[in-house]
Amino acid sequence: MIAFLKKYEGLWLFVHSPLSIVAAMVATLIILGAIFAPWIALVNPYDLASFSLFDGLLPPVWQDGANPKYLLGTDDQGRDMISAILYGARLSLIIGLSALTIAAVIGVGLGLAAGYYGGRFDAVVMRIADVQLALPAILTALLIDGIARGILPTAIQQDLHVAVLTLAIALSLWVNFARTARATTFVQMNKEYVQAAIMMGQRPSRVMFVHILPNILGPLLVIMTVDLASAILLEATLSFLGIGLPADSPSLGTLIRIGMQFLLSGEWWILWIPTLFLIALVVSINILGDFLRDIFNPRLR
Amino acid sequence: MVYFILKRMIQSVFVMLAVAFLAFSLFRFVGDPITQMTGVETSVADQERLREELGLNDPFVSQFIRFTGDMLQGDFGYSYRTRQPVADMITERVPATLELGVVALIISLLFGVPAGVYTALKPRGIWTQTILMTTLVGVSIPTFVIGIMLIFLFGVQLGWLPTFGRGGTVQIGNWESSLFTISGWRALLLPAITLGVYQLTLTMRLVRAEMMEVMRSDYIRFAMARGVPIRVLHYKHALVNTMVPVITIIGLQFGGVIAFSIVTESVFQWPGMGLLFLESIRFVDIPVMGVYLVVIAFFFVLVNLVVDLLYVAIDPRLRLRDVE
Repeated sequence: MIAFLKKYEGLWLFVHSPLSIVAAMVATLIILGAIFAPWIALVNPYDLASFSLFDGLLPPVWQDGANPKYLLGTDDQGRDMISAILYGARLSLIIGLSALTIAAVIGVGLGLAAGYYGGRFDAVVMRIADVQLALPAILTALLIDGIARGILPTAIQQDLHVAVLTLAIALSLWVNFARTARATTFVQMNKEYVQAAIMMGQRPSRVMFVHILPNILGPLLVIMTVDLASAILLEATLSFLGIGLPADSPSLGTLIRIGMQFLLSGEWWILWIPTLFLIALVVSINILGDFLRDIFNPRLR
Repeated sequence: MVYFILKRMIQSVFVMLAVAFLAFSLFRFVGDPITQMTGVETSVADQERLREELGLNDPFVSQFIRFTGDMLQGDFGYSYRTRQPVADMITERVPATLELGVVALIISLLFGVPAGVYTALKPRGIWTQTILMTTLVGVSIPTFVIGIMLIFLFGVQLGWLPTFGRGGTVQIGNWESSLFTISGWRALLLPAITLGVYQLTLTMRLVRAEMMEVMRSDYIRFAMARGVPIRVLHYKHALVNTMVPVITIIGLQFGGVIAFSIVTESVFQWPGMGLLFLESIRFVDIPVMGVYLVVIAFFFVLVNLVVDLLYVAIDPRLRLRDVE
């Protein structure tokens, strides 16, 4: 009943927060566009045969000399900007979401266990988290990328780029999950229902995942939203630095890096349209994150 | 109190050891140091001799102890790429990064703290809503995009400020400073703002949350009931009590400033440690990567240690706790 009311209340608040509705719509639109990119995009940016250099550097339709076929213009290779962005967002979201999933599984697993068992296990996990916290996320991700370059043979590196990038982002984000899961598990441990479950002799894994986990989902959901934004930003930053993805499979960050070359020339759309798109995506996710935080933390309201 | 300081110091030493261990493992296990140091023509026998000479066949633990000992004496080894001592390469770059970071931090505090206090005291005002919305957009714009925007606006369109390099520098001992020339300050401005903006939003949000928390506390309500003038209440009673968290922020943000300086330095071609680190990753220059890691961790640990000691100086309650 309480859970239902809470859900109901959240929905009620959502309907009364125009900003969150707009944010949700923008995010949904971008995510849908990314999912259906192969079907709605004009050209396939990965397939060199599907676009031609003769269409290069066309401006968006509202400027002179545009081709109405390419609504937001084309880049120097003749790639349609909309298609490039849709595919770029697709890649950014795939990497962001997989990194987030891995981070959540590792973080929540360790955090739950640390909160449940306490003692020495807890101390070890938290010390590792401390060291991880001393190294900021970008640094960790860069480091993992550098290690991968050192360990993997050059031939495989190209194929594993996406995997390495995902892992690098995941390993720099797990701490947030671990700390939140641990802190909330500690609170739940003192509740009667957990004590009862333990008394009844239920297996620790069952107590952790069936009893405690559903009750700490709220705060974890907030972390997830905020960290999805971080993951996308991190991927964009790494790709921008030229450490992430190669130019032939561009994510949003790579598109912006390519666009940088046109900063001094008149082709503003190659840089600013992907940039605007990235900002819109992250801003709307962050607004939703803020909204969720307010719901799960009524004290701030 | 002595116990507290001692405990914190021992903790710091442990974190440093852990990071040194990480750097050492990097050096030892990512690629073979011998193949990195020798050319293709070196014979296997020569390679083995070098391996023995450098002590790479010794037990792991004694290698690590020697590695740490060398580091403590300032011997950081040689870069694979440039063959220069890593210590020289890093110390040459430290001033640029530290000056950039400190100025960015000052910008973030100068604007972040007042904005945080204002938005906390007038939570329903139109300005508060505007500021909050702006900061939400602010945290969502990646640092490198802010840098590009500033370059585009002030460098390309208006042509007011340089967009790369450090401008004129002055040599003071080993410290190459750009804080004493006008062209140095002009070059510093855009990177420092870029780096400061993200930190500014964090500062503001944390100060705001803290201030709102304090304003709700009993002693503020009581002071209000006593009829303490509102100005005194806000700036004497409340603000002073948000000082401790503000100092924590400085400690926490230092790590962020250093990390994001990698990005900022890349955008503005600022010749600091971050740029060096990026190059070392691109070329898999493991010794430079490892040392950068240790140096950053050292700064981080040092700043946080100072922050913890400052707590004790600022907050009398922490001093009392020891007496009990």
